[in-house]
Amino acid sequence: MNISTKLMGAAAALALTAGAGLAQDANPGLIIDLGGKFDKSFNESAYTGAQRWAEETGADYAETELANEAQREQTMRRMAERGANPVVVLGFANASTLDVVAPDYPDTTFAIVDMVVDQPNVKSIVFSEHEGSYLVGMMAAMASETGTVSFVGGMDVPLISKFACGYAQGAKAVNPDINVIVNMTGTTPAAWNDPVKGAELTRSQIAQGSDVVFAAAGGTGIGVLQAAADEDILSIGVDSNQNYLHPGEVLTSMVKRVDNAVYDTFSQAAAGELETGISVMSLENDGVGFALDENNAELVTAEMQAAVEDAKAKIIAGEIEVHDYLSDNSCPAF
Amino acid sequence: MDYAGLIQILDSALRLSTPLLFACLAGLFSERAGVFDIGLEGKILASAFLSAAMAAYTGNVWLGMFAGILAALMLAAVHGVASITFRGNQLISGVAINFLASGLTVVIGEAWFGLGGRTPQLEGPARFGELTLPFANAIRDVPVIGPIYADLLSGHSILVYVALACVPLTWWILSRTRFGLRLRAVGENPAAVDTAGVSVVGLRYAAVMICGLLTGLAGAYLATALSAGFVKEMSAGRGFIALAALIFAKWRPWHALGATFLFGLLEALGNRFQSVELLGVTVPTQFMQALPYILTVVILAGFVGRAIPPRAGGEPYVKER
Repeated sequence: MNISTKLMGAAAALALTAGAGLAQDANPGLIIDLGGKFDKSFNESAYTGAQRWAEETGADYAETELANEAQREQTMRRMAERGANPVVVLGFANASTLDVVAPDYPDTTFAIVDMVVDQPNVKSIVFSEHEGSYLVGMMAAMASETGTVSFVGGMDVPLISKFACGYAQGAKAVNPDINVIVNMTGTTPAAWNDPVKGAELTRSQIAQGSDVVFAAAGGTGIGVLQAAADEDILSIGVDSNQNYLHPGEVLTSMVKRVDNAVYDTFSQAAAGELETGISVMSLENDGVGFALDENNAELVTAEMQAAVEDAKAKIIAGEIEVHDYLSDNSCPAF
Repeated sequence: MDYAGLIQILDSALRLSTPLLFACLAGLFSERAGVFDIGLEGKILASAFLSAAMAAYTGNVWLGMFAGILAALMLAAVHGVASITFRGNQLISGVAINFLASGLTVVIGEAWFGLGGRTPQLEGPARFGELTLPFANAIRDVPVIGPIYADLLSGHSILVYVALACVPLTWWILSRTRFGLRLRAVGENPAAVDTAGVSVVGLRYAAVMICGLLTGLAGAYLATALSAGFVKEMSAGRGFIALAALIFAKWRPWHALGATFLFGLLEALGNRFQSVELLGVTVPTQFMQALPYILTVVILAGFVGRAIPPRAGGEPYVKER
């Protein structure tokens, strides 16, 4: 046997195993985005939702994790070709890819979190982050003693400005003279994973007087919360409930129930009633909110809680309108 | 900008330039001995990972630091074997080390901790704390000098001071000791060193191992002092910036201090002033954050005058028969 026949044998064996992979039945699939499954934030929340669904139903789901930007299309196609249905992708950065991929797999339903993709077989799940951020902004302004609060964003994209804008509006609703410092970590996806830079930005904000910092920065936020705890100021977590990371030093977390979004998508699909189109997760259906638990019970005063609950009711009733940065790419509170 | 703001930026610059300084001096030793090392990045990453892992496991930051140094030394040994003993291409060996570190740290981290390549958060004695220099609080209120001493120089982790101390030490070793003279000679004209009866291979290995030690310190500083734990790819290109700084510094220790501080300062400025008004025009955030990289390009394009690398750099030494 010469080398070329050996190689052909190996290729045939590979093809066989690939065929075995294709034979899977229609389980739902989840593609974890850059930042990683255990970012204690956005992706981890999605993973938790999928795990909860798997535990409750005893069913299985397929899962892969992106290693870099270039894999998006390939991974999405592979997931669809393996027969996963629905395929859930996380994050705004998938939108343009999904827009191309979705028409090629008309029998597969896709769901995208955080962005709207206008295709007949795509469910777009968007969150009203500006409303949740408004509430934590109010809490930040009430907890601040210096009259300066700050925000550390991950990658400089409109979605993160939506968080920042809601936060600034909330803070200014409590104290019109408050100074809100807004910083972004970077302009590439690496900005989601740079805790050193996050910590340095936080220290710089502290030097400018900030005593409450809100991190909406994925893995970078871990550095922000750490720096805030090191320097004894309050911080606000994001996406998942991050209060437990530094008990007594994290004021609250702006939770975004990505877990519920994934869980609902999976269970609706299992029941055969998954609807495509746009689905908005807002304060009204508890898609966003702020986290209260034993770790921050002492930090959140009764007065603070009452004010925030009141504002929440008013936002739901439409009495307070929180400006959405994405609607016109500008923010009245900056 | 007021005086306190200036001190704060310099303070931030000092913290950010420390890993660059370690890495730059590491590259200096290696390249002065004629072994190019673009694997600085990988060694920093490996050290950052193992130091954080060990510190998380034992709760002792010093054990973590030694583990980090060990990791970097091991990769340095790989580089040495490939490029000195087997006379392989030094650039390729360096690239291989970068890839190896980037992949291994995440795979091993996932196997050990199951946190997606992250190590647990380090707390208390598992991290390098801030060191307050003597009398810092007493003279804080002295105008001008007080803040410089109490806020800028005091209150850093011990590794910052180690890095600063490495600069005169490196200068002294390279230009005042017999070992240093031979090390520089081996990077310029290894045949002459060999003729004098000194082992070229031995000297180059020594230089590569010193490089490993210093990158080990850089990684440990990154993971256990500057942040509290390892995150994948946390070295974020600092090894490459250090290489640029090394060229900028023309392979000289004191210049290396200046060059790395400049890079640290630019990063600190980019963090602090995300958008500045200059002459009525708003300079965008992206520009401020790109400053260190723009400087790198300018330096590498040769705008800093002639930077002459060690003459035998990059060439494996083959004894004449």
